[in-house]
Amino acid sequence: MKPPPFGYHRARDVAGATALVAELGEDAKFLAGGQSLIPMMNFRLARPAHLVDIARLGELSFLRRDDDRLHVGALTTHHEVESAPDRSVRGFEVVREAMRWIGHLPIRTRGTAGGSLAHGDATAEWCLLAVLLDAEIVTASPRGSRVIPAGEAFLGFFTTLLEPDELIVEVVFPKPAPHAALTEFAERRGDFAIVAAAVDLDVAGGRVTGGRVVLGGVAPVPLRVPAAEALLGAGERADAELFAACGRAAAEAVDPPDGPGPGADYRRSLVRALVARACEEALAR
Amino acid sequence: MREPGFTADGTWVGASVKRKEDPRLLTGRARFVDDIHLPRMLHAQFVRSSVAAGEITSVDLSRVRDVPGVVAAFTAADLDLGDITAVLDRPRSEFVPTAMPVLARDRVRFVGEPIAIVLAEDAYAVEDGLEAAEVTYRAGTPVLSEEQALAPGAPLVHDEAADNVLLDVSMFATEGIDDIFADAPCVVSVRATTGRQNALPLETRGVVASWDARAGQLLVQTCTQVPHVVRTVLAGCLGRPENTVRVVVPDMGGGFGIKCVVGREEIAVAAASLRVGRPVKWIEDRKDALTASFLAREQRYQARAAFDEAGRILALDADVLCDMGAYSCYPFSAGIEPLMASAEMPGVYRVPAYRVRGRAITTNKAPTAPYRGVSRPQYVMVMERLFERAARELGLGPVEIRRRNLITTFPYTGVNGITYDPGSYLESLNLAERVLTEEGWYERQRELAGQGRFLGIGYSCFNERTGYGSDAFAKRRMAVVPGFDISEIRMDTSGTVVATTGTMSHGQSHETTMAQIVADRLGLDLDHVFIQQGDTDRVAYGWGTFASRSITIGGSAVGLAAGRLGDKLLHIGAHLLRTRPDNVELSGGRVRKCDDHTRSLSYVDIAEVAYLKAHLLPKDVDPGLTATASFDGIGDGTFSNASHGVVVELHAGTGQVEILRYACVEDCGVAINPQVVEGQARGGIAQGIAGALFEQVTYDEQGEPSAASFIDYKVPTACEIPDISIHHLETPSAFTGNGAKGVGEGGTIGAPAAVLNAVNDALRPTGVELDDTPITPERVLGALEVRWTTR
Repeated sequence: MKPPPFGYHRARDVAGATALVAELGEDAKFLAGGQSLIPMMNFRLARPAHLVDIARLGELSFLRRDDDRLHVGALTTHHEVESAPDRSVRGFEVVREAMRWIGHLPIRTRGTAGGSLAHGDATAEWCLLAVLLDAEIVTASPRGSRVIPAGEAFLGFFTTLLEPDELIVEVVFPKPAPHAALTEFAERRGDFAIVAAAVDLDVAGGRVTGGRVVLGGVAPVPLRVPAAEALLGAGERADAELFAACGRAAAEAVDPPDGPGPGADYRRSLVRALVARACEEALAR
Repeated sequence: MREPGFTADGTWVGASVKRKEDPRLLTGRARFVDDIHLPRMLHAQFVRSSVAAGEITSVDLSRVRDVPGVVAAFTAADLDLGDITAVLDRPRSEFVPTAMPVLARDRVRFVGEPIAIVLAEDAYAVEDGLEAAEVTYRAGTPVLSEEQALAPGAPLVHDEAADNVLLDVSMFATEGIDDIFADAPCVVSVRATTGRQNALPLETRGVVASWDARAGQLLVQTCTQVPHVVRTVLAGCLGRPENTVRVVVPDMGGGFGIKCVVGREEIAVAAASLRVGRPVKWIEDRKDALTASFLAREQRYQARAAFDEAGRILALDADVLCDMGAYSCYPFSAGIEPLMASAEMPGVYRVPAYRVRGRAITTNKAPTAPYRGVSRPQYVMVMERLFERAARELGLGPVEIRRRNLITTFPYTGVNGITYDPGSYLESLNLAERVLTEEGWYERQRELAGQGRFLGIGYSCFNERTGYGSDAFAKRRMAVVPGFDISEIRMDTSGTVVATTGTMSHGQSHETTMAQIVADRLGLDLDHVFIQQGDTDRVAYGWGTFASRSITIGGSAVGLAAGRLGDKLLHIGAHLLRTRPDNVELSGGRVRKCDDHTRSLSYVDIAEVAYLKAHLLPKDVDPGLTATASFDGIGDGTFSNASHGVVVELHAGTGQVEILRYACVEDCGVAINPQVVEGQARGGIAQGIAGALFEQVTYDEQGEPSAASFIDYKVPTACEIPDISIHHLETPSAFTGNGAKGVGEGGTIGAPAAVLNAVNDALRPTGVELDDTPITPERVLGALEVRWTTR
């Protein structure tokens, strides 16, 4: 459990980091918090020839409000978000509360928002939140800057739209989601979720007028579930009956993997329970 | 819990004194194997088999030796070492000895089996070296289950073991047992399987071997529970006289049994170090610890029990099959699990008729070693399920049926020929029930049932044989027979003492608890007592620590040696105080006249005479202050016991089993240090819960282990383990020096049964019963019948 030899480079700024990765070629990788990449290297499952360490790019570590928008710098750690004051996440409490589902405290003090998005795990909280809240992923590369809508960012199993030399600099959540929640189930606290469910409800006068449902653990990418969202758009009363129906609809709509590990039926059962639970929590928020 | 310091009657024994080990452990001054760095030291790792079964057709290490930093690489042929072979003194019809080569020669029998050892300048280069090894195989069909192992014409894991059976014993077979079953008004059966587990000490295995040119000795610093046994096997495999090998054990971070057997890596590292003439370190990485170390616990029970109308058990009939993996561990052999289960299954109950068949099969999976509890977590679980099932059939309460069957008069000689010394079997169950009743859990259960929620309450009752002596172990018929322990004690001129023990603490606080025993015997302050262990040059041959033998046997030996030293102090003191020997006593670090407490001599005064002014000694006393004593277990040993009570809630949406309450009522006789006892119970219960709900090593169809990290091997964390309350009862043992009974394994033994019973109690409305462990949320949800179907 020791990595093969690799070159180590420390970047001074974003432009330098992307230029260096571009120059070093496809075997070079950005190193942020290292909570996924380094274990993979230790198991020799990932073998980058070069690491370009961006951890000291302080300008990428921030949590900022800009009118209705929430900007999270790519190097902001999960723990920094988890411990953010109320005023800076007002309306985006779901983002802060979701952080407690990520691994354990030591992991959260090192792992970063951008690193998690770039890794593209379909059960990762940041990926689910980004898709749920229509976030914009802002990147930099030697070819300039671009904005990737989160809904288009995740292509497949641990695969994103990012080019090898393209660095996430921030993720922007465009508008508050006061009635949103993320919940998960795993056998142990801190494990990767077997199934994760994130819900964002539009609530008016005790009725649900719209909503988004995103699932992790049922597909290679974070999955939006239009069949479940349709139930949330009918102006029904916001109650347990509606939320249970939403859970059932989501469970019916997905085609989760059948092992190894938890089977497809079990994942579907979890979808049913967790979507309903996330709806309850979103309403109560 | 009692406060630290003396007990009310002024003794160290019985007091929760702070552990002498903790200051160094908590301030980074402890030294584990991995903390040892020697000049010119190389790092070793092993080229391991990538196939589960097959012949090795070639091993090419030439490219390995070219890797930068690699210094040497050796195959089995290069090192030419003797095999490790565990032998039982039983006929071939009952036991088949099989050899475990230090490095695989021509055949591999599990994924992860060591084939070659690579040495390099650092821990990174050595792994680069492993990748450059080229091994080719003629892969065979792996045998991975009971069905595959016992199928007619199955491939053989060891050619000498026909049918892949290493041990097959049928025992007891009470006359007329079939008639009892035929005539009984109630017969229940249980088929249960338990998952393969890893004992998982936080500190993985490891060793540093070096040649001490001055002493002409091979120094092996390793984390083992059995230093002398390792020395014996090392010397044998290397073909060296045993006096030229010294095994030293530094601080240890757990063992739980997998370090009470001899690891082939320990031997290979020592041999490689001798070959290259440089110190060599091997630290097992977590991946190897999870996949290629010693595992345990994969068993299958088919059991029946007959009961009369009143719920009294009439007969027990069991077929026990243990999947011991690829090799027989030394010194216990592959018989360890089935022999334990067969001999002890009736446990705390009055079982008048008994028949058992116990088998060990060999498969192409990592081998097994004793793991805390050895078979008892499994057979207790099966026994407790049998009683629960009979209670349901007969309309009795689960606690009531146990009350009617527990052994209550002692000594009791069971149908299995074992004599049980006094315990608190009934009292502990009654107290466990009272705790849960008084806390209102039964009311809570009724209340939640009304809301459609699933709360369950479960119990387990068990005993734990501890203090196996040579006679008791001889019944296992191992070729080497553990049992006794020897202690040597020495007081020096400072008036402090060092006592040796042949047992080996790997976390159990022997330096504290044994010192408490010595301090009481000699009237010494605890700070003036030191325990020496884990060094074959400094400690007389001992059997190490396993089978909850340390306090019962090692502690008794230490106490006896201290008593003899005390006699000598009294003898010299009386002489110097010019009084009769029966007019002096040991107290407060002094020899005092009984009839005049103002007349006394400190131990420093006496030591000065014993060492520096020997001409003042009585004529019949040798100079110096030393004594030696040995102790061997008596009869069938001494049985500690406990009852556990557990409350769980099953969550309808996810199948999660949440443990709401865990109460343990334990009786280990005299608790030398109650806080240490509670630590043992809590840690054991955590491992028992792990087996009941979380952990399992599985393999794919090719025999590839599926859990190579903690992502997949689901050891529970502090978040999953509930608060555990521990209640003490005390039935002193007549067979040990301080009335203590062993307590190392109890928690692990009782937890799976209690948790399983609680889960099944909660499942009662569904009509489903779960008898196999681990009980995953997926299986619970299936039982709750809320599984989503698209039909």
